[in-house]
Amino acid sequence: MLEPANPPRTPAWLSWFIGRLGYGLLTAWVISLVVFIATQALPSDPARVILGPDAPLESILTLQHQLGLDQPILWQYLRWLGSVLCGDLGVSLDSNAPVSRILWGRFGYTLALLVGVIIVVVPGALALGVALALRRDSWLDRWGLSLLIFLKATPGFLLAIGLVLLFSMPHMDFLPAVSILDPDLSLLRQLKSLVLPIFALSLTALPYLTRMVRAAMIEAQESDYVIAARLRGIAQRRIVWCHTLPNALVPAIQGVALTLRTLIAGAVLAEVIFSYPGIGTALNAAIQMRDLPMIQAIVLVITLAVVLINLLADLLTVLLTPKLRTARRVTLIQRNRRGITPWWRRSRGDA
Amino acid sequence: MNAMTEIDAGVLQVRDLRVELPGQVDVVSGISFSLAAGEILGLVGESGSGKTTLATALLAHARRGARIVGGQVHVGDQALLSLEGEALRRARGSLIGYVAQDPATALNPALRIGHLLRETLAAHPSGLDREAQQQRLIETLRDVGLPDDHGFLRRFPHQLSGGQQQRVMLALAFVLRPRLIVLDEPTTALDVSTQAHILATLRRLCKSQGVAAVYVSHDLAVIKDLVDRVMVMYAGRIVETATRDELFSRPSHPYTRGLLAAIPDVAGRRELTAIAGHAPAPGRRPQGCSFGPRCERFTAGCAVAEPLLQMNAAGRGVACLAPHDQALQVKALAPIAALKGRVELPLLSVSGLNVAYDRQVLFDVSLQVQPGECLAIVGESGSGKTSLARAIAGLGENAEGALDYAGRHLPLHARQRDAGLRHQIQYIFQNPYRALNPRQTVYQTLSAPLAHFFGVKGAPARERVEAVLKRVSLPGSVAGLYPHSLSGGERQRVAIARALLCEPRLLICDEITSALDVSVQASILDLLRQLQREGLTMLFVTHDLGVVRAIADRVLVLKVGRVVEQGAVDDVLDHPQAVYTRTLLEHSPSLR
Repeated sequence: MLEPANPPRTPAWLSWFIGRLGYGLLTAWVISLVVFIATQALPSDPARVILGPDAPLESILTLQHQLGLDQPILWQYLRWLGSVLCGDLGVSLDSNAPVSRILWGRFGYTLALLVGVIIVVVPGALALGVALALRRDSWLDRWGLSLLIFLKATPGFLLAIGLVLLFSMPHMDFLPAVSILDPDLSLLRQLKSLVLPIFALSLTALPYLTRMVRAAMIEAQESDYVIAARLRGIAQRRIVWCHTLPNALVPAIQGVALTLRTLIAGAVLAEVIFSYPGIGTALNAAIQMRDLPMIQAIVLVITLAVVLINLLADLLTVLLTPKLRTARRVTLIQRNRRGITPWWRRSRGDA
Repeated sequence: MNAMTEIDAGVLQVRDLRVELPGQVDVVSGISFSLAAGEILGLVGESGSGKTTLATALLAHARRGARIVGGQVHVGDQALLSLEGEALRRARGSLIGYVAQDPATALNPALRIGHLLRETLAAHPSGLDREAQQQRLIETLRDVGLPDDHGFLRRFPHQLSGGQQQRVMLALAFVLRPRLIVLDEPTTALDVSTQAHILATLRRLCKSQGVAAVYVSHDLAVIKDLVDRVMVMYAGRIVETATRDELFSRPSHPYTRGLLAAIPDVAGRRELTAIAGHAPAPGRRPQGCSFGPRCERFTAGCAVAEPLLQMNAAGRGVACLAPHDQALQVKALAPIAALKGRVELPLLSVSGLNVAYDRQVLFDVSLQVQPGECLAIVGESGSGKTSLARAIAGLGENAEGALDYAGRHLPLHARQRDAGLRHQIQYIFQNPYRALNPRQTVYQTLSAPLAHFFGVKGAPARERVEAVLKRVSLPGSVAGLYPHSLSGGERQRVAIARALLCEPRLLICDEITSALDVSVQASILDLLRQLQREGLTMLFVTHDLGVVRAIADRVLVLKVGRVVEQGAVDDVLDHPQAVYTRTLLEHSPSLR
């Protein structure tokens, strides 16, 4: 029924968030374990994999010693985890440079790519989704939706290659087909090289997000509260921006998070096509060179990024939903949409 | 007040209003009426009668798909239906206010109460400066019985109770001082006490501010103390309009009489008569009088042409060729055979039942059900009545306590009960629209328990299904249909049939008539009484004391998880001991 007029001093969502942060750290630890087991602890011998089947035994033994593979597995893991925690990701087997230094630049480039995509996709999807929702069932809406589905159905690499053919062939040479960046120049001076990869990734992400915004807007527009506001004489513009959009934003945030998660994975592909020097190409090269510390570090960084994105999206969801923000105990249903109660909760019952 | 002055002083005048679905199918048509300042009109009809369509058409709004195609709506000197764009926007809210059915969904969850109120004031030129606006706001909040402090204005809708939410909706309508307010079943989602308070507030405001109101309701009993005049709708037409006193003392149209005869009354046990058949959907209305096929007085003349609404000098109108002119006689029923003095082994006894989820909802509840009796469990929302029913059915989690069934210990979880015991206790759910699997035919739904409990399949199963359909008064052809082609009442009958096939001794009914129209409710209650006469024991959960009077032998009143009173129905309802029971009774709508 009634809640006290003076809410408690520390909001419930803060303790919820601290709990989620703990879960996030736990997830990160599990991920480190999985990465380690998959790359180093499995029965296949990394040293032999690296040197190839014809390598003489003594060079394999030397490499095993260099990699610390001759030590007990638990000790190997603890040592690896310890150095990762200290920021030391090891030395690249391929280039002999510290992994963290190589990755730092690469990760920055990928981050630039993702930020670029977000800057294009989020406002684009919001504007397009709202526009289509407002003109629901008109020819614009129908054609717009068809186009979006077409884009969605086209594989990302095809889109990317199509863009290269369109913009970078000799007869219309607007943009560079490959994005070879000069590490000595700032990114802002090389924006031209970023355009095509951002464009390609945006096109793959846009359909999903636009349709999500459109659906959420339509649902909000048909809600009782919008009809009630309209019958109170509130202006249409105000209804759209103040009444509908705040409620449509929450599913959109979860959509952005999902988009980002797929983009990080999808970046590998786009980066390879445009030879963009981000972590995608780095991972691709590292796998080809069997550069073990590189692979471990990149996979770890990607998975940590996913955990972080989830955490931020959930935090934003809670902060943007008054009911969750002001609740005395935050339970985010979105994580558990199918109504499956985890076993450790069952006895308490969420009926 | 006679008809002429009413029209002269009219705040609202409606002429020949018609709303259509695509394909020229009319939802409502030929609607004409007028309202004077301060007058409250009750618009009554069952689901599908077009009352909500009419209500929103008064604000020149039609739901998606529908269209207002003809007629005029005048509020004061403004012709509302000819307004467009900005002019229409300004008229909505400032001339006519609207209060929706369910305040929980009609208030934007993302916006604070103060924001909504200020925005509504700012959307219309009121000529008030900032201070005067604030003054108006505070005044309105006080008028509707809400706190007016800053803290309250900063609340979000979910931080209010249902009653407070509906008061906010009233405030949003009254803050602009409109001349007319349209209310679409604003109290259906509320408890009786809250409902009584809201209705009283509404009447006081309308009378003191001279605001006319159209109050839409499906229940004649609810509006009896509120309205000045009643308009009864059936199949998109007005079939009767009269002052409140006239309508309740001498209802003329057979449909009005049917409605009145179907309402269970808390004040006394009466014979409930259901109206046969069900209302035709738009586009499927018969030639002539729409009510004809369900009417006892049907003659060949009724099928020829639609009877027009004939108004007499006193402003009373009936659309019927053979209207009644007598008062409605409803037979009082003798009390249901009292079980007093009979001491038997109870069929079910519950002792010390506690249920807790996040918080505790039931505290040490104990009760006994004698074989063959109907025990009603009554309470407002949050009283724990459904938790109690579910715990007895073995569906409730987090329950503690002892259950005894026919002298034997009954485990709290249905899983731990053996099949021989399980089929004897059956549960019927509140919402018949969700209780049947939409992908199974009625036969599939009904034959499943037969195969499960008794291993009956094939021809014998078919025979039993046919027999049970007959028992719940459904034609055998229903067996081949899917739930979506059945009406709410028919679905609930199928749900009852499913329970009966399990050969239960104890039937738990959880508000099984609350989602149904009154005339359908009457027929379901009739069916349940018949089953009871055949020896079935029932636990009937409800919030409606009228239904309790109609069906139960004994009643148990729950308040926030505790039993406050129990006893024979007539004892409790006529001589309530607990203060809570007395308030409930006082606030229950009655026809007397």
